[in-house]
Amino acid sequence: MKYRVGEPVMVADRAHHGHHRTPLYIKGKAGRIERVHAAFRNPETRAYGDDGLPEVRLYLVSFARSELWPDAGAGAGYRLYVDVFEHWLEEAK
Amino acid sequence: MSTHDHDHTPIGNGDERAAAARARALEELLVEKGVVRREDVRAGIDWLVSRTPADGARLVARAWVDPAFKRRLLADARSAALELGLDPGPAPVVVALENTATVHHMIVCTLCSCYPRALLGPPPAWYKSLPYRSRAVSDPRGVLAEFGLEIGDDVELRVVDSTADIRYLVVPRRPPATDELDEEQLAALVTRDSMIGVAEPVAPALA
Amino acid sequence: MERGVHDRGGRSTDEPIDRSEHTLEDWEVLTDALVGALARCGLMNVDELRRGIESMPGDEYERASYYERWLFSMETILSEKGVLAAGELDRRAAG
Repeated sequence: MKYRVGEPVMVADRAHHGHHRTPLYIKGKAGRIERVHAAFRNPETRAYGDDGLPEVRLYLVSFARSELWPDAGAGAGYRLYVDVFEHWLEEAK
Repeated sequence: MSTHDHDHTPIGNGDERAAAARARALEELLVEKGVVRREDVRAGIDWLVSRTPADGARLVARAWVDPAFKRRLLADARSAALELGLDPGPAPVVVALENTATVHHMIVCTLCSCYPRALLGPPPAWYKSLPYRSRAVSDPRGVLAEFGLEIGDDVELRVVDSTADIRYLVVPRRPPATDELDEEQLAALVTRDSMIGVAEPVAPALA
Repeated sequence: MERGVHDRGGRSTDEPIDRSEHTLEDWEVLTDALVGALARCGLMNVDELRRGIESMPGDEYERASYYERWLFSMETILSEKGVLAAGELDRRAAG
């Protein structure tokens, strides 16, 4: 696995044309690795009949509310936790 | 014209009947073509209708009374379910997230409707709805308020968006004044909504 | 950046959350079971199901009920794979 629990990461700011499971609201955002999950077959290729190999590591990544909705103003906080595949993560600068 | 899941009426709504006819026609065609067997489809129907949140509630109740089981549940919910003779379903990984005095979890699938239905039964219509999927991540406290649940400012709210094949369920907090209850009575307090994170378990009725 | 029709997180909406309970209709359970059966025989996996749903035009996606989307996807994927001929499902459903 490339990233470790507690490590800061960035979600790639990519427009992927075709099936992918990285929601728009986290693209280009900074987060933190919370869990290292198992590796799974890649849904982006499985969705088109491919076997989805090689498997890709999945991570649970957390984000601060202020990072995702910077215009939302003050308010009681919360953290977002999202499962993200390794090839959508980059090292935080 | 049906605009939402909840607007359908059983008979007389054109869209509903058209969809029903389409589903039946599809089954007919697939069976005729030898693509699927009718017995296999029936078995799938039987499995779906047998799913109930009572299974998830048993996991929670056991975790409340048995700290070692709770540790196993939090480490690997799929194995913990198998330990109790429950069917965790085809999902390869199930993760149980524990609510505490300082942390409250709420689950959503913004991209579709991923849900641990083997253990909780079918997801409620609102869970699959567009407004829940939109607002659970941008206004979770507002959504919880609509459900009648207020989370204190000092409690860390964690919204979990199940975007991949991990299925999440919440282990809610054990209600106070439940020391006298046995495991079966405790399980009866654990609601489906408390395992999604939009409600707390029912408090036992005061004698 | 454009978002897929299915990518709903954070979309602004005035629509209230309808919290009423709805028991699944028989055809909905059947639709669900058909997807499961297709997955087990290796003809359509869950990623293809999702991809099919995501190919719906935006207004159709928003108008359709949950299992209508699944039916749309099955027809799309199965037509793509040559299991269903063009218009075949329409004809059988009408007949």
